[in-house]
Amino acid sequence: MIQATGTAVLCRDVKKTYGSGPDRVPALRGIDLEVRTGELLMLVGPSGCGKTTLISVMAGILDQDEGECRVFEREWTQMSSREKTDFRGRSIGFVFQAFNLLPALSAAENVAVPLLIRGVPRRQAVEQARAVLDRVGLGDRAKSLPAQLSGGQQQRVAIARALVHGPNLIVCDEPTSSLDQETGHKVMELLREVALAPDRALVIVTHDARVFEFADRIAKMNDGRIEQVVDSPKDLGKDRQP
Amino acid sequence: MNFVALRMLVGDRAKYIGIVVGLTFASLLITQQLAIFTGLMSRTFGAITDLAQPDVWVMDEKVQFIDDIKPLQSTELYRVRGVSGVEWAVPLYKGLLKARLSNGTFQTVNLYGLDDATLIGGPPTMVQGQLGDLRRSEGVIVDEVGARTRLARPSATPGEPPTPLEIGDTLELNDHRAVVVGICRVQRTFQSQPVVYTTFSRAVQYAPRERKLLSFVLVGCKKGEDAHEVCERIHAATGLAAVTREDFQWQTVRYFLKYTGIPVNFGIAVALGFLVGTVIAGQTFHNFTLDNLKQFGALKAMGARTGTLLRMIVLQALLVGVIGYGLGVGLASLVGFATKNSELAFRMPWQILAISASAVILICALSAVLAMRKVIRLEPAMVFKS
Repeated sequence: MIQATGTAVLCRDVKKTYGSGPDRVPALRGIDLEVRTGELLMLVGPSGCGKTTLISVMAGILDQDEGECRVFEREWTQMSSREKTDFRGRSIGFVFQAFNLLPALSAAENVAVPLLIRGVPRRQAVEQARAVLDRVGLGDRAKSLPAQLSGGQQQRVAIARALVHGPNLIVCDEPTSSLDQETGHKVMELLREVALAPDRALVIVTHDARVFEFADRIAKMNDGRIEQVVDSPKDLGKDRQP
Repeated sequence: MNFVALRMLVGDRAKYIGIVVGLTFASLLITQQLAIFTGLMSRTFGAITDLAQPDVWVMDEKVQFIDDIKPLQSTELYRVRGVSGVEWAVPLYKGLLKARLSNGTFQTVNLYGLDDATLIGGPPTMVQGQLGDLRRSEGVIVDEVGARTRLARPSATPGEPPTPLEIGDTLELNDHRAVVVGICRVQRTFQSQPVVYTTFSRAVQYAPRERKLLSFVLVGCKKGEDAHEVCERIHAATGLAAVTREDFQWQTVRYFLKYTGIPVNFGIAVALGFLVGTVIAGQTFHNFTLDNLKQFGALKAMGARTGTLLRMIVLQALLVGVIGYGLGVGLASLVGFATKNSELAFRMPWQILAISASAVILICALSAVLAMRKVIRLEPAMVFKS
């Protein structure tokens, strides 16, 4: 296991509300949470408890209404829109529930997209992408289109895409919910194996209790608040401060 | 990211083809209808184009276009000859006459009577015979399309094609015998009637009895003289209308534009092409963007700037625009080529290509703007919504 050391993400009293007037829906009601480098933190909780809103704020794709959220010492609200976009492109990798691969691009080209966004020449980007695909065990499927890959293989391509540009924070939204148990386990093993690094943190939103065992820590959310942060799934339900 | 944009576009084959077909259809319809319109308008002054020698046409002040004949007194010719700057002035008879064919049927023809001495105003191209043959007794020159079609001799056997009029054949013009001495090539006219040339003196014999039979006076200016100034002098001296060849062409076109429903009809067809193209291409492009909104959102989340995504949309619109325009104009050109020697009027100057290109650019721009609005408003956080 990689030793968790510094702070990757620090949220202090983060609040977010959707809508206004009588339609107001508070999604985050004052979140305090620290994600450390070198750790895999899982955000768990019932549907609508604010997990996705919280990783959206952490990843800088949604602005909180109050509080602060620092990612590697950079506070999102202090950055301009362009700075945020560039910071995301450099420092954050995304793994989505529905993979969100571009259907017209091959696996290698899909993996190369974050590099292309940063202006890396296409040939060089695809070469780097092939190397990462090798690491996730899909070196031989580099030319396949997403439609020619199984769900598990597509998620591995998505993981390779999240890694290719060497981000410090990887956020994953339900990465195993579209997969069967065995494939889900393999994806989680892969994430721990290739994505975890001493200078990198992984935040995974999941419902899937079968993969809780892969977490270094688990933050349980309910009704827009962090209820509990535990080191082991067995401790879920026992009292503990975030 | 250009490569990603293009692959996204061509990867969704059905929509890609739908957009290109919409633009092709719009481009084809706009180009083809404008080309037919221009062809028809060119035909209205085809006779003026064929008469290349005169610099100035002199006519009654009330004449509105080439086929609107208001005959002059023959003495007007001498008054025009006396105007300063006029190098030469010759008479021209132009009128519609009934020709009796060998099978007894009648066909209206456009008869031109040329100056007996100079034969100025003759057909631009002789296919058979020579212009000078008009000086032979009862000689007339017939245009090749007329000779092949409306003036052709019907076959004795039913179902067989008619025999084209040839040199040596005869026809009757207002009960006067006329012998074909030549076949010429002329521009198609708006009414598409056969064209028959003869000398002025013979034409006035063929024509119904009238007090005045001089249709136009054709004028050549002296070297170095400005044609417009000569026109003014002729008008001042004779009171007749005098216009340059180009001005007479435009005067004729303006008449047809103003007093016929042709521009409105073609305008409707062109507008329809634009509208259908906009609806098909615009709607399909819009749907294409909506379908890819999640992908655009993912790109935005992964660090693609809004400007980059907008450039991708512009590139996609540009590609379908170029392909659709090229195919549309290419098909329109093929139609023009295939109907080159037919009754269909078709003329495609570069201005039509420019108009068609502008229309396609406008359609693409409208489609792209609709798509861009979606992408500008796109919240990257939507990528986490399943």
